[in-house]
Amino acid sequence: MKPPRFAYYDPASVAEAVELKSRFGTDALVLAGGQSLMQDLNTRRTRPDALLDINRITSLQELQVGPTHLELGALVRQHRLETDPAVRRAVPLLTGVTHHIGHVENRHRGTVGGSMAQADPWAELPTAAVTLDAEMVIEGPAGRRVEAARDFFTGRGTTSIAPDELLVAVRFPLTPADAGWGFVEVARREGDRAMAAAAAQLRLDDAGRVASIAIGLTSITDHPVRAAETEAQLLGQVPTADAVAAAARAVEQQVDRADDVHATLGYRRHLAITVTQRAVLAAVQRAQEGDRP
Amino acid sequence: MTTQAHMGADPTVQRVITARINGRDVTRAVDTRTTLADWLRDELDLVSVHLGCEHGVCGACTVLLDGQSVRACLLLAVQADGHDVETVESLSGDPNDLHPIQQAFHEEHGLQCGFCTPAMVLRTKEILEERRERTDEEVRQEISGILCRCTGYQNIVNAVQCAARKLYAGSPAPIASGTGTGGSTDPHPGA
Ligand code: FES
Ligand code: FES
Repeated sequence: MKPPRFAYYDPASVAEAVELKSRFGTDALVLAGGQSLMQDLNTRRTRPDALLDINRITSLQELQVGPTHLELGALVRQHRLETDPAVRRAVPLLTGVTHHIGHVENRHRGTVGGSMAQADPWAELPTAAVTLDAEMVIEGPAGRRVEAARDFFTGRGTTSIAPDELLVAVRFPLTPADAGWGFVEVARREGDRAMAAAAAQLRLDDAGRVASIAIGLTSITDHPVRAAETEAQLLGQVPTADAVAAAARAVEQQVDRADDVHATLGYRRHLAITVTQRAVLAAVQRAQEGDRP
Repeated sequence: MTTQAHMGADPTVQRVITARINGRDVTRAVDTRTTLADWLRDELDLVSVHLGCEHGVCGACTVLLDGQSVRACLLLAVQADGHDVETVESLSGDPNDLHPIQQAFHEEHGLQCGFCTPAMVLRTKEILEERRERTDEEVRQEISGILCRCTGYQNIVNAVQCAARKLYAGSPAPIASGTGTGGSTDPHPGA
């Protein structure tokens, strides 16, 4: 249970990191918060030739609230999403989901960019990104490009980041003042991986009908997805408990994870419906109450 | 740097680092693949840093990095360069003059085998620096990142509450001058 041999680099700038990634390609792995990669190194599930520790790149630690977006540098620690009032004001769903990521000891060190690039099917932040239509800011030898979260996650542990590219920031649209959000996760114990989780954000019009809605699901397939059918059924409707329960049933078809030690397919389907229903109802309640700090 | 130059070590394999360990600056050459936990135990003889799982699950290796609890098996020693690390050795090594948190664990029987105890004591210090008042349920949640296979947790919860009373008894509270909330970067979190 010790890391294998690797060549250690700690670039001081994004340009230097991109240069190293171009040089090593798939033989190098990026070390951000290390809460997943260090596990894989210690257990030797992975043996990279080179480890690129980006923790010295101070520009990646910045958090900025702009006129339209909250921009989180790739190295912003997850704990900050829970504790920084600026995050809660800008994108309250982020604060809500972060508490569910591992334990606080992991969140002190774990980063926003690391969670996105790791792209675990059960991860909370990728689900928040897909739900809120976040944008990934990626830097490579040819410069910067921006990719929509829903195109970024391509499968279990895979993303659209090319071997010579580095994820440098994630931009979340600021949450409208009248929006409500909800996040519900079911795990065996505090800090365990989600067996299923749902994030929802919505707005209601003056008549109490759903004016806009986004629902994202965790841990039901190999990457985070939107519950498009449920969203479509609820749009323009008054979200009564019965209407939400009926619409939530549509997510059942999206669950395709095979039985594993955590849950059977049937149980996961049941959970997916339940968390969707509860997350939407929580969002409705917040939208009705105007729960904004 | 002289060590490194002298040995001609490849900086991708070995580095000379300086970290503040329990209030003292320590400069050593380290292999870049050595974890912080192994370095603290094997090189600096800080054997309170227990290794249970060595892959981030059990929490036995918890130390405070710049005042925040982290799993030392998920960090490289080289990443501690320029940072402040605190282990439970910084509290008290004298059985007749324990730190109030250690005393509370003693009085409330907050340990049996003691394997999780250094981690529990450090986490207790961290959360009590944030604030005193917590329900038992909240204490359970705060310590949920550290596994204890012996106590069933009840006496640990009692010990945390007892430590809170001791630390905040009278004024000024001795610990209140510590690192404050989780976001602090105070390099001197020693009790
Ligand atoms: S030894 Fe580090 S978490 Fe178990
Ligand atoms: S006292 Fe034995 S593991 Fe906690």
